[in-house]
Amino acid sequence: MSTAAVSVTPKPKSKRIRREAILFYICIAPFILGFILFDLIPMLASLGLSFTEWNILTPPKFIGLDNYVTALTADPKVLISLKITLFYTVIQVPLRLATALLLAMLLNEATKGMGFFRTAFYLPCIVSSVAIAVLWTWILNPVYGPVNGLIRFFGGEGPKWFSDPKFALWGLIMMSPWGAGGEMLIFLAGLKGIDKQLYEAAELDGAGPLARFFKITLPMLSPTLFFNLVMSIIGSFQTFDTAYVISTTRAGTLGGPANSTLFYMLYLYNRAFAGQMMGYASALGWILFIIIMIVTLLVLRSSDMWVFYESERKR
Amino acid sequence: MATNTIASGVPFYQSRRFQKLIKNIIVYSLLTFLSSLFIFPFFWMLDSALKENAQIFLWPPQWIPDPIAWDNFVKAFSNPQLPFLTFLKNTMILEVGIITGRLLSCILVAYGFARLDAPGKNFWFSVLLATFMLPGAVIMIPKYILFNKLGWVDSYLPLIVPAWFGESFAIFLMRQFFMTIPRELEEAAIMDGANTFDILRLIIVPLSTPVLAVITVLSFKDIWNDFFTPLLYLNSSSKYTIAIGLAYFNGQFKVDMGPLMAASVVLILPLIIVFFIAQKAFVEGVNLTGLAGR
Repeated sequence: MSTAAVSVTPKPKSKRIRREAILFYICIAPFILGFILFDLIPMLASLGLSFTEWNILTPPKFIGLDNYVTALTADPKVLISLKITLFYTVIQVPLRLATALLLAMLLNEATKGMGFFRTAFYLPCIVSSVAIAVLWTWILNPVYGPVNGLIRFFGGEGPKWFSDPKFALWGLIMMSPWGAGGEMLIFLAGLKGIDKQLYEAAELDGAGPLARFFKITLPMLSPTLFFNLVMSIIGSFQTFDTAYVISTTRAGTLGGPANSTLFYMLYLYNRAFAGQMMGYASALGWILFIIIMIVTLLVLRSSDMWVFYESERKR
Repeated sequence: MATNTIASGVPFYQSRRFQKLIKNIIVYSLLTFLSSLFIFPFFWMLDSALKENAQIFLWPPQWIPDPIAWDNFVKAFSNPQLPFLTFLKNTMILEVGIITGRLLSCILVAYGFARLDAPGKNFWFSVLLATFMLPGAVIMIPKYILFNKLGWVDSYLPLIVPAWFGESFAIFLMRQFFMTIPRELEEAAIMDGANTFDILRLIIVPLSTPVLAVITVLSFKDIWNDFFTPLLYLNSSSKYTIAIGLAYFNGQFKVDMGPLMAASVVLILPLIIVFFIAQKAFVEGVNLTGLAGR
């Protein structure tokens, strides 16, 4: 890669140009070195490792595609963790984005006190995932938590949340809208960018609030929505922190109870660092990467149908 | 106003003013309701942190702790197995080490991309953009093995050293900002015999405080909250950061809710204070993130 950069170098026209080029490479040297050491080499190494069996202690043994074949056909936990991750993503992402959009639209209407409400909605986003996990296990405590308290107040009996395999994942899904503040701020910036005249013209033509939302707000906001959607999906596929903290303390096992919160990244972590299966875990990493790439590409493909870019309209 | 509506022949409930009032009532009641839902968990945490065990497990809840149990904080901080003051010190070592390295290296790299011309520049810039999409799950294992081979596991080096080689997103933000600084200033300085280092120190850095503040504040938050990297590399409890410390506290003392919540308050509070001081930087940072992706 560095040879390509050097070989392209034309004969410097003057001393000044050559000095500038040298200075450029001195300036960006940290980035080039960091990229090669911490990104490029690890990525190639990971690809190589994924074709081996290796427990760190003994030398790696080349086994061809065996890791991939095992993961996709013979390891039920891969399928379980993929299903859980996918299910979580399909429910959590729309829920979170809808919350973020609702909050942003409300803030966009507010004139007074906007700063206060914005702070309140964004505050959960600065909290560490560990504190979020600790806090929500307490809030969803089956006996003393306020959520089940409220359910009991109305005469029902709340579930055991993180100790019940049927509800543990739903507990994690419930926590998700609370962290919608980041997406909300991005939506808010998008809403501020919509020309007010569009709404005025629509109102003169007799368009109601619903028509204005579907005919103006949503199309004009679609590039922002697209960005938020792609980023949320990528993030959701790599869920780790909260699931790790909650499952290890509440259920006592990684991804518990009964593997009901075994997210893909948890299983990968478990294979690599508890199972010492570095080759197998590398293959799992590549499988996840390929899945994320495919899903992102699908969203990108679909964007032609629903994302509206004003610059294209003008062309 | 009333005469106005009558004069135009529109009943009062269809007048613009009345509809605006209704809309405001709906908007503000929703905002109030939703914001209390969002703040409630914080309230619940603080409330539990100030209660004695007997009060914590009362139902219906005692909303205002009486007596206020400050000793939950003492208990959280005086556990000899989980020295939170040490964790705090460790976290600050990481903050200083990482932020210093990130700022210094990123300023240099961003200046190169913003101002200097060279063959291969476009290539390296696309590499920079491509690193945004690098899969963390894929790089993680070889990186761990590399640091393991270097004997760096259970030290702060795997966390701090990479920061001294720049961070793509910060480089990108800084580069965008540096591009907006007029070149004339530098040209005048060069005429006066200034070298690149002088230009960075005397012109670029002083004029870029907004973007440097955004990067510092967002980095502070990310390092403070980071769970995965310290979990991977730090083994001995004397080296834990505060986030890892809380996770272990949580694992060991499930029943002792008061001190656990007190420790959570301690983990969250500094960030909330930083947030209120630097709110503008946070909001701007998120906006820049969003705009960068558009």
